Amino acid sequence: MSSILEVKDLCVYYGVIKALKGISFHVDKGEIVTLIGANGAGKTTTLQTITGLIPAKSGHVYYHDEEITKKPGHLLVRRGIAHVPEGRRVFATLSVYQNLMLGAYSRKDKDGVEETLKMVYERFPRLEERRNQTAGTLSGGEQQMLAMGRALMSKPEMLVMDEPSMGLSPIYVNEIFDIIRKIHEGGVTVLLVEQNANKALAIADRAYVLETGRITLEGQAADLLNDPQVRAAYLSK
Amino acid sequence: MMSFVSYFLSGVSLGSVYAIIALGYTMVYGIAKMLNFAHGDILMVGAYVAFLGLNSLGLPIPLATLLAMVTCTLLGIIIERAAYKPLRQANSLSVLITAIGVSYLLQNLALLLFGANPKSFSSFVPVGAVRFADGALTISGETLVTIAACVIIVAGLIHFINHTKAGQAMLAVSEDKGAATLMGVDVNRTIALTFAIGSALASIGGILLCSAYPTLTPTTGAMPGIKAFVAAVLGGIGSIPGAFIGGILLGILENLSKAYISSKLSDAIVFSVLIIVLLVRPTGILGKKIMEKV
Repeated sequence: MSSILEVKDLCVYYGVIKALKGISFHVDKGEIVTLIGANGAGKTTTLQTITGLIPAKSGHVYYHDEEITKKPGHLLVRRGIAHVPEGRRVFATLSVYQNLMLGAYSRKDKDGVEETLKMVYERFPRLEERRNQTAGTLSGGEQQMLAMGRALMSKPEMLVMDEPSMGLSPIYVNEIFDIIRKIHEGGVTVLLVEQNANKALAIADRAYVLETGRITLEGQAADLLNDPQVRAAYLSK
Repeated sequence: MMSFVSYFLSGVSLGSVYAIIALGYTMVYGIAKMLNFAHGDILMVGAYVAFLGLNSLGLPIPLATLLAMVTCTLLGIIIERAAYKPLRQANSLSVLITAIGVSYLLQNLALLLFGANPKSFSSFVPVGAVRFADGALTISGETLVTIAACVIIVAGLIHFINHTKAGQAMLAVSEDKGAATLMGVDVNRTIALTFAIGSALASIGGILLCSAYPTLTPTTGAMPGIKAFVAAVLGGIGSIPGAFIGGILLGILENLSKAYISSKLSDAIVFSVLIIVLLVRPTGILGKKIMEKV
């Protein structure tokens, strides 16, 4: 098995409402996999269940063939899964530097953390310039960069990203996707949730289409990009 | 003039006790988003343990203090585990009522164990009074030690929060539990640590309070607990410097009203000031403005 992440028959409820109705998918090492779909399809729920923020009702999540379904969320980052949450969720009252150091919270290797910090500052020079500024005063694009930098501070094997382009100006959107590509080239496996299906399919290897809690379509990203159904439903011209 | 300085300083000292207690209130509120109304009673338990340590076990003062701190730390952790943690997802009203219940439980347990008769608490402060200006101004050792203890505690706590991993984890949890979890922070452990620190501080507050006002009963913690809560709100609940400033201001205000207006009206004056401050600045002196998330 080369799958780094495998999700099997995952069901999640919000009260009595079934948000995920048994979804299965996998991410192989070194891939960029994207989940696309409309609002409320269950994309964010899927990611939050994988990283332990929401409990699963039934089904399984395996990371490197080890079941992590019921593992408490705070232990997952130690295994190499970093989650860049929807809405960025930077710590607004803390400085950029403090946010980044919290990203390295579960690491014990001080020297390694310093090195990663240097690498993150190289990738996001803006963050180094603003390292003493409180995160709440950054622009939306800068906050997205901070959220990504913070996730990279844990030296993840897999990066889980939820709507990184949401609410950003077109210039920032391009920049963010550029950065995702570079992070991926640096050897990080990526699971990406996006409403901007055009951009997501353009950089992804494979894709899954989610519709009201079910996976309705899957395949190579390039094929989905040319699929008439997908084009009609999710892609603007 | 000298009497004013003396009233003022004992006000600062009383305020320092309020501040030390208020720190626990404000930290627990900031991190667990709950008002722990049993906090005042923890200081009462701390004072009883210190009293028994000194008088029944014959421990030296530092060991009796340590025993009180350890007992209260454990008590704080146990209360959080048993009474509050199961309600983490419940609405805040249920948690508030539980906290009031825990408060009465502690008071009545103390009544059962130690009886209703007041204990005469012998001072834990080994420093004698200091005289200034040829004896025109006398400052008690309790006053000096209490103020010094408060300054040291606040400075230490601010350092802890800003410069240690556990402190940063507390700030992260106070802002966004979910995001903190994603960073690898164990939210439950962080909340337990907050209760532990707050309860240890409460026991110090209890010992200092009873050293200055030596009557110890099972309800000793009730009024200082409420005053410390007022201090925390006055300073801006959730803020550590706010608890410090709120506590000191409250102590000064209370003592000066007692001295110059009326000792019976002093509490009424203190609470009126709270109401006025909250009307003008609902978030307290150093409280954060509540920002809408965009």
